[in-house]
Amino acid sequence: MTFSIPPLDQLPDPAIALHATAADWRSAIRAVAAALTASGCSEPSYGDRMIALVEEYGPYIVIAPGLAMAHARPGPDVTAPGIVVVTLAEPVTFGHAYNDPVSVILGLAATEADQHVAAVASLANLFNDESLIPALAAATSRDEVRRLLGAAHPQSGEDS
Amino acid sequence: MKIVALCGAGIGTSEILRVNAVRALDRLGLDADVSASDVANVAVAAAGAQVILTSPELVGSIGRTNADIVVIQNYFDLDEIAAKLEAAIG
Repeated sequence: MTFSIPPLDQLPDPAIALHATAADWRSAIRAVAAALTASGCSEPSYGDRMIALVEEYGPYIVIAPGLAMAHARPGPDVTAPGIVVVTLAEPVTFGHAYNDPVSVILGLAATEADQHVAAVASLANLFNDESLIPALAAATSRDEVRRLLGAAHPQSGEDS
Repeated sequence: MKIVALCGAGIGTSEILRVNAVRALDRLGLDADVSASDVANVAVAAAGAQVILTSPELVGSIGRTNADIVVIQNYFDLDEIAAKLEAAIG
């Protein structure tokens, strides 16, 4: 199977939403779901499942200060694998013990459990630079987001 | 040595934690088999594991285990991950 998530510095316009207005974390995840739907990756019910994951397990998707990664398991409402980036006009709190408030949310849709792995590994490379989250939050154009996401490239070999 | 990175759905966050744990172990000069899993499968995935890496929110969902549970606050902070892994296994 061909890996079909585009490189992060080539994310299409519908996969990037800047300064979305969200009153709370559920509304912020709905904005992520809207971007995934606009990108042709999922049906709106995927947003309900991303919210349900947080309701079940808590705000563990807030994985770094200011950053959440919304996602749910693969399912029939995922039509294509993809990643979206949503920045918020005003940060929202998820109730995380250390990493609130959140201003940048990545949305991940996978059609099978292992398909996303290469893209996720490249995310890990990028966000090891702690200046990236505030830079993304402040970005004013999609091209700026793409440029920031292209700043680092996956390293060769096993994550050394 | 076996280490399991744990999240709620088994995609996404646990994979980020796995990748950065491998890097942190490299930095420490330690060798380990690091895998990613979800809470629903933790009993099987973590059988025989020395360490479970996870987020503060998921600790209560893990249940009974002989592994050391290491809580990571910032999944991208290699200093934090390396220090906590070293304390657990070094």
